[in-house]
Amino acid sequence: MAELSTRFTSLEFAIIVTAQQTRSKKIRVLPGFRLTLGFTIFYLGLIVLIPLAAVFWKTGELTWPEFWHTIILPQALASYRLTFGASFLAALVNAVFGLIVAWVLVRYNFFGKKIVDALVDLPFALPTAVAGITLAILYSHNGWIGQLLEPLGIKAANSRLGVFVALTFIGLPFIVRTVQPVLEDLDPELEEAAASLGANRWQIFWRVIFPMISPALLTGFALAFARALGEYGSVIFIAGNAKITPMLIMDKLDQFDYAQATALAVVMLIVSFVLLLTINVLQWWTNRYNTTSLA
Amino acid sequence: MTSAATTFQLPHHVAKSRSTTESPFVRRLLIGIALVFLSLFLVVPLVFVFAQAFAKGIGFYFHTLGDPNAWSAIKLTLIAAGFSVPLNCVFGVAAAWAIAKFDFRGKNILLTLIDLPFSVSPVISGLIYVLVFGAQGWLGHYRDAEHAWFPWLQNWLNEENFKIIFAVPGIVLATIFVTFPFVARELIPLMQAQGRSEEEAARVLGASGWQTFWRVTLPNIKWGLLYGVILCNARAMGEFGAVSVVSGHIRGETNTIPLHIEALYDDLNIAGAFAMASLLAFLALVTLGIKTWVEHKNAVQGGTEGKV
Repeated sequence: MAELSTRFTSLEFAIIVTAQQTRSKKIRVLPGFRLTLGFTIFYLGLIVLIPLAAVFWKTGELTWPEFWHTIILPQALASYRLTFGASFLAALVNAVFGLIVAWVLVRYNFFGKKIVDALVDLPFALPTAVAGITLAILYSHNGWIGQLLEPLGIKAANSRLGVFVALTFIGLPFIVRTVQPVLEDLDPELEEAAASLGANRWQIFWRVIFPMISPALLTGFALAFARALGEYGSVIFIAGNAKITPMLIMDKLDQFDYAQATALAVVMLIVSFVLLLTINVLQWWTNRYNTTSLA
Repeated sequence: MTSAATTFQLPHHVAKSRSTTESPFVRRLLIGIALVFLSLFLVVPLVFVFAQAFAKGIGFYFHTLGDPNAWSAIKLTLIAAGFSVPLNCVFGVAAAWAIAKFDFRGKNILLTLIDLPFSVSPVISGLIYVLVFGAQGWLGHYRDAEHAWFPWLQNWLNEENFKIIFAVPGIVLATIFVTFPFVARELIPLMQAQGRSEEEAARVLGASGWQTFWRVTLPNIKWGLLYGVILCNARAMGEFGAVSVVSGHIRGETNTIPLHIEALYDDLNIAGAFAMASLLAFLALVTLGIKTWVEHKNAVQGGTEGKV
């Protein structure tokens, strides 16, 4: 998110770079390139790439039909439906309320705004296990919120609704923190121009503001969705028998069924990589939007 | 905000009350919705953690924390963070130096790869180390291999019965993996925004590489570095899923604080679980406090350093 504002290379910067490039054939002014890049690649390989490769190596022990059979088992399909469905709904709810929170934080002044602003990051900072047991007890039938829901016939703990609640908590900061900087940078003159041309506030929001923040909103949505797909700690306590895919992988591991666990992990990894790629494209799109609005 | 509008001599009611801001009613409604949403999802759970932690009184609270298993969990959490934070900090600085101060091909690919651990589910983060070091993984195969590449290593591993999975090294490795990008992610955009002219000037004036780093670069990035380190630390101490896979859940031996919370919760010792949880919730509040303070410092120092 932070890189959104920093990728623009000014003319000045470009001149320095080209000047340095022509020079660097002979001497590099700054030292340590080989050392730092070498260490970066070595450490990345050791900690991330080689262990990740192990997942694909382990799946290689299964034949294609075996692999396919494992990933379309009924319990696997049920877990995909729940994981994707709850993640999507949670990200959607966060998109709506996150946008309102970001809007309120950028545009209005009210008592305690700074504390509220700081508190938005709580789901990033609060360990998932703590969030998990808290939500589970809070929404249980005699918890603070659960006992309010029970007369309405709503069962939140040990249900799919609980999964959705946990995933909403986890994804909350993503939308706010991606939309907030874009809203701050919006040029008020655009809104004033629209107003002077006779647009009302509602039209200005949908026709002027919303198109400019929609790439950021979509990026935030994708980030929250991606985070929710892999979430484990905050969900297991509240989910009960409603099993999301990471819980199913854990079950297979507890039964020492590494082949099945790995096959499910491959499915999740491929989905995550596709999402990562999508998010990168979205961020590039957001950047482009920012540069044109600045010009 | 409205200064530009007045130069156009807009009718006042259009410029101010209706079109560049919302009516007081809508404003209050939006603030209300935001506050209710945030209270329900953030404030209530946070208050609830501390309320539950002290539900059985302060004596029980300290009884839980004084338990030997709780102490061992706290120690193990400190060990895991003690390895992963400095290592990822060194990596973050090295990666940011290479990426921000030099031009090379494949930089965007490298940036994406550094972010990779963030998009991997915690459970899978643990699983990959089981597949490398577990009995059925690469290391297990290596121990049983008939023609090992390094026979002395194979002998040593078998004689010492060296364990990584279901032991402390596995927990440290899984923690390093999940906290891998934190420092690098904070420093790379910051150092890219700062450019390289200050360091180049220092070099031209005769400073050595290390002097340049310690006297020019480090003072410029210290707040970003601190921010990255506290985020990395918060995640390292709070990681649950990845550590859960590699830990083996041996009480008093391979349980970190989050795993000890789970064990207490499964024992239906709810007040005990929340007493342990309050430690991590307190850590989260300290993290948020430092974050806000660092952002304030950055704002005071001026916008030239880029946003953190």
